[in-house]
Amino acid sequence: MKATIHNALALTLMLALASVARAGTLEDVQARGVLNCVVSTGVAGFAYPDDAGEWHGFDVDFCRATAAAVLGDPKAIKAVTSTGKTRFTLLNAGEGDVLWRNTTITFSRDVGVKLRFHGVNYYDGQGFMVPKALGVSSAKELDGASVCIQTGTTTELNLADYFHSNGMKYEAVTIETNDEARQNYLAGRCDVYTTDASGLAATRSTFTNPDDHVVLPEIISKEPLGPATRHGDDQWSDIVTWVLNATVTAEEKGVTSANVDEMRSSSKDPEVLRLLGAEGNQGAELGLEADWAYNIIKSVGNYGEIFERNIGVNTPIGLARGLNALWTDGGLQYSPPFR
Amino acid sequence: MTGPGAPAPYAPGTHPDLPPPVRTTGVVGWARQNLFSSPFNVVLTLLGVWFLASVIPPMAEWALVKSIWTAESRAECWGKMAVPEEAACWAFIKGRLSLFVYGFYPVEERWRVDLSFVLLVFAIVPVLYDRLPGRRHWFWYVAAFPFLAGWLLVGGFGLAPVETDQFGGFMLTLIIGVTGISFSLPIGIALALGRTSSMPVLRILCVLFIEFIRGVPLIALLFVASTMLNYFLPPGTSFDLLMRVLIMVTLFASAYIAEVVRGGLQGVPKGQAEAADSLGLSYWKAQRLIVLPQALKISIPGIVNTFIGLYKDTTLVLIIGMLDPLGIGRASLADAVWAGLAREVYLFIAVFFFVCCFGMSRYSLYLERKLDTGRESEK
Repeated sequence: MKATIHNALALTLMLALASVARAGTLEDVQARGVLNCVVSTGVAGFAYPDDAGEWHGFDVDFCRATAAAVLGDPKAIKAVTSTGKTRFTLLNAGEGDVLWRNTTITFSRDVGVKLRFHGVNYYDGQGFMVPKALGVSSAKELDGASVCIQTGTTTELNLADYFHSNGMKYEAVTIETNDEARQNYLAGRCDVYTTDASGLAATRSTFTNPDDHVVLPEIISKEPLGPATRHGDDQWSDIVTWVLNATVTAEEKGVTSANVDEMRSSSKDPEVLRLLGAEGNQGAELGLEADWAYNIIKSVGNYGEIFERNIGVNTPIGLARGLNALWTDGGLQYSPPFR
Repeated sequence: MTGPGAPAPYAPGTHPDLPPPVRTTGVVGWARQNLFSSPFNVVLTLLGVWFLASVIPPMAEWALVKSIWTAESRAECWGKMAVPEEAACWAFIKGRLSLFVYGFYPVEERWRVDLSFVLLVFAIVPVLYDRLPGRRHWFWYVAAFPFLAGWLLVGGFGLAPVETDQFGGFMLTLIIGVTGISFSLPIGIALALGRTSSMPVLRILCVLFIEFIRGVPLIALLFVASTMLNYFLPPGTSFDLLMRVLIMVTLFASAYIAEVVRGGLQGVPKGQAEAADSLGLSYWKAQRLIVLPQALKISIPGIVNTFIGLYKDTTLVLIIGMLDPLGIGRASLADAVWAGLAREVYLFIAVFFFVCCFGMSRYSLYLERKLDTGRESEK
């Protein structure tokens, strides 16, 4: 009797496991013809819908790059909108194939939430914005200031740590959204607004007189934002990793959406030829077409183009490359070689 | 004019009726009676007038007089004003109206949403207006409407399928609100009857259900719907998120309706049910013909209150990543071209919800007056 129960249990377990083991994500996506990207419900410059309901932004463009590599069509994406609370569940429950959603890479997310992170597409960090009239030039002078801060985020913890370690006091004005912070800050309810530097720049750009406000030089935390996938599909993880690397390498080698055709036919650089699929069989090794990276550059552009189009100095957000410049320009963006 | 001693020009009993004194009729009389009847009321009236005079003109100027209706970006909008940010920039809302109404529903299929809305109006009228000719026959259509609308919106069977995560905006609010309202009423009544029933098992089950749902916040139920169910259900089963939300919202509203209706049931004197028993009516007949009509009449304000609460609670789906009007508004504010126009967005959404909820509450007043067979208001 006992044996029977054991057998039955074992059988049930096996059935359960069998149903867990699904086809690879790549096959799923190709069969579906659409890439499901977990994106945010709206972060200035990173993901937002336009008047017609099309999604745009820095993260969305990387999602389109992934779709261009896997399906050859940057339009074949579906934006799975998620809040900060639901993003990992959506990914782990299989409702999204890949997460491109301003997500800070941390130990607990990588290990505890069981995600795979694939490099950093944006190096962010927490900063401070103050009105020029306050006459403050360093965050060290903020003792006793009232600070507008979003609740339930890592920024709250970083702020407490920073003020504590510098022996300063502050008065927290807790707010829920960026718009609320903007109104409170402009109304003078807080002296300082703190959030990620990219968010500060985006908020400042919406002021009537942006020049009356300064972002202080101190960056008090590391917020490396990057794409994530589920555990357990190494091939898919490789694809996402090298999609990001391809955009960075393309910028480093001077391949842009404008000259990609010319480069593929006439470049003398073997790495460019391998990248664009004119030599070698790297596409096939990834399980993709030979021109996968060519499709990314042709339809979405290299890293620099994606940056400048969405959040660069000529956009309303107006971010300088800073840490996100190529390593050759003194930044941190560095791709392993295509060899 | 005659002096006090002069004889009356009229014979006794023939004096014509004089109009009442000017000070007690018309605008003056109304104002004296309602606005200036005591020194305290005079002060209150003056305060009120001062408040309105200082709030309404600037608001009207901001929202209407100086507002900008055509522009391509926030910068252009503010550039058109004498002082940037001094007035509303409705061009933003105008440009995004279709996004606010339809969400991400495919443009070429949006006629299906419009048609569903028209059908909804035709389905609501017979329910709300009892003097409609042939109302009895209309109810067949009303019963078929949810399935008809579901087919139109989701597609299949000849129509191009549209996934429910493309739904958004006001359309999503209406879908969740209408579904929740129309399904929670019958379920709620059944639960209330179950809770007051004399059958112990049924009663305990109903009590457990109602108390469980009432003891848990709606937001927790929505999180369960959006995240936990994925782990409970076998992998690979995809159970539509909107469907999960609809079920949770309906169950939640049902529990509240059940308690409101139970209050109504307890307000009906026991003698009514006993009289029905003595006439030999079965349980269902007694409930249907005698108890429930009276109980529901008493419960109308509570029921409508619950409906209005439910309708406004639909904005909570924002937390689980569904883009209702509030979600669309927030996402739109992330567009750097327009960011910074939060006031316009939130005011616009507030007006939409106010119109809907005010309409519901007016209808409930009309219903109360119409069903006021006890002439409570005349006592």
